[in-house]
Amino acid sequence: MTDPHFGYIAASYAIAFVVIAGLILWTALDQRAQRRALAELEARSGRRRAADGPRP
Amino acid sequence: MSLLSPVTSLANPSRFAAFAERLTPWLIGATAFVFAVALYLALVVAPPDYQQGETVRIMFIHVPSAWLAMFAYTLMAIASLGVLIWRHPLADVSAKAAAPLGAAFTFLALATGSLWGKPMWGAWWVWDARLTSFLILFIMYLGLMALRSAIEEPSRAAKACAILTLVGSVNIPIIKFSVDWWNTLHQPASVIRAGKPTMDPSILWPLLIAAVAFTLLFTTLHLVGMRTELLRRRARTLRLTAAASAPAALAPEPAE
Amino acid sequence: MPSPLSAVLNRDLALARGGGAGLGVVFFLLVVTVTPFAVGPDLPLLGRIGPAILWLGALLATLLGLDRLLQADHEDGGLDLMHLAPAPLELVVAAKILAHWLTTGVPLVVAAPLFAVMLDVGPQTSLKVAASLLLGTPALACLGAVGAALTVGLRRGGLLVPVLILPLAIPVLIFGVAASDPARDGFGPLGVLAGLALGYAVLGPVAAAAALRLLRD
Repeated sequence: MTDPHFGYIAASYAIAFVVIAGLILWTALDQRAQRRALAELEARSGRRRAADGPRP
Repeated sequence: MSLLSPVTSLANPSRFAAFAERLTPWLIGATAFVFAVALYLALVVAPPDYQQGETVRIMFIHVPSAWLAMFAYTLMAIASLGVLIWRHPLADVSAKAAAPLGAAFTFLALATGSLWGKPMWGAWWVWDARLTSFLILFIMYLGLMALRSAIEEPSRAAKACAILTLVGSVNIPIIKFSVDWWNTLHQPASVIRAGKPTMDPSILWPLLIAAVAFTLLFTTLHLVGMRTELLRRRARTLRLTAAASAPAALAPEPAE
Repeated sequence: MPSPLSAVLNRDLALARGGGAGLGVVFFLLVVTVTPFAVGPDLPLLGRIGPAILWLGALLATLLGLDRLLQADHEDGGLDLMHLAPAPLELVVAAKILAHWLTTGVPLVVAAPLFAVMLDVGPQTSLKVAASLLLGTPALACLGAVGAALTVGLRRGGLLVPVLILPLAIPVLIFGVAASDPARDGFGPLGVLAGLALGYAVLGPVAAAAALRLLRD
């Protein structure tokens, strides 16, 4: 803490934390959004296929 | 667009997806563990440098970020060969997932380099050869991402980005050489050359562990990103086939 | 002999005579005109940074004109004919680049010594600038052709080409400005520039033709 450049070190670690946390958050949210979209699509096409099936 | 190609290409990627699914929890655990060790080593164990004092602790972020910045581009160049020569279905998924990660770590290397440079050089930004080369690399990442977002169809975007990545990788040594040459040409007198810090083992080991931690983090994020990209492509194929078979039923669907 | 390559060359030269080729020089003039407003009408300063301004102006003028290299052919279907032409696509693209350079690059080279007078750059230095531009602008055109081929048919292609190509063009700029340095004798940087031009003369048409082939559907 007595180092005159403490601010720079803290800022470096803070920026690294923000960038890495942002990357992790973005990756996780994107994954979740795509999973949800795909599940929705599959449910819909499955429903339609089921509805299509018995028809002559 | 033929309907057959996404179907045949799904076989291999789906096996990859299952593999990634199983591997991800282990990778997350390993990343968290090595990161904790690296942070402890970097902040507590590593001694201050006799020349640079505590500032040397910035190196434990800066150097691994710079390493990943170059690693990601190398990975993208190999993946681009995979797109153009072997036409591997996963190659473009890998290249696409690596680009934003590479850009983020290049940015981190630039930001920490600037923060490291202020106490060393007395200025936030010095047109130092290495910093300048990384700035150009950062712009190349941004250009690649811009090109990808400008082309709507994924297979066209894949080929265009692969060509640009390869042209860039041919150019990177030339850029590196010319920037180094330019830098020695215009050597500013005020810059204090700190010189390469002699790598004492007490600093080298934490640095290596930090590099391993960053690489694990990159691998995890890249794997999850590839998985997400596969999901996105499957959703796109489903939307297209649904729209082709029943255009009326899906008319009010939002595009993306 | 009416070979396909000379046909492409003649056609592009004839089209360029129809107009539009002078716009690059006007843009170049604009960059030279705007700089004194930005840095002040200080002639010694302008004379010192003159070669750099001339190079920047030529670089921007070359890159901004590139979207027309293939876009017009894409719109009128000429590009599809070039795919079918009885000549390798690489050479057809090279002929197009040559025609583009003759109509947009050479005027920049000729204009550079004239604009150098306005910036109080000495006669010897302005000749050096012209010589370095003579080698540098073809290199830029070849690199830029890759960007033009990658963005052909895109609606947002206009600004994208400079963004993609400028980072790759930095070596040309570095050695071009170094070769125009009045304090420097010998042909070192000029030789490197010539090497770059030769390398890009191969890389540019090959990569651009590959892009055109792969992106065609």
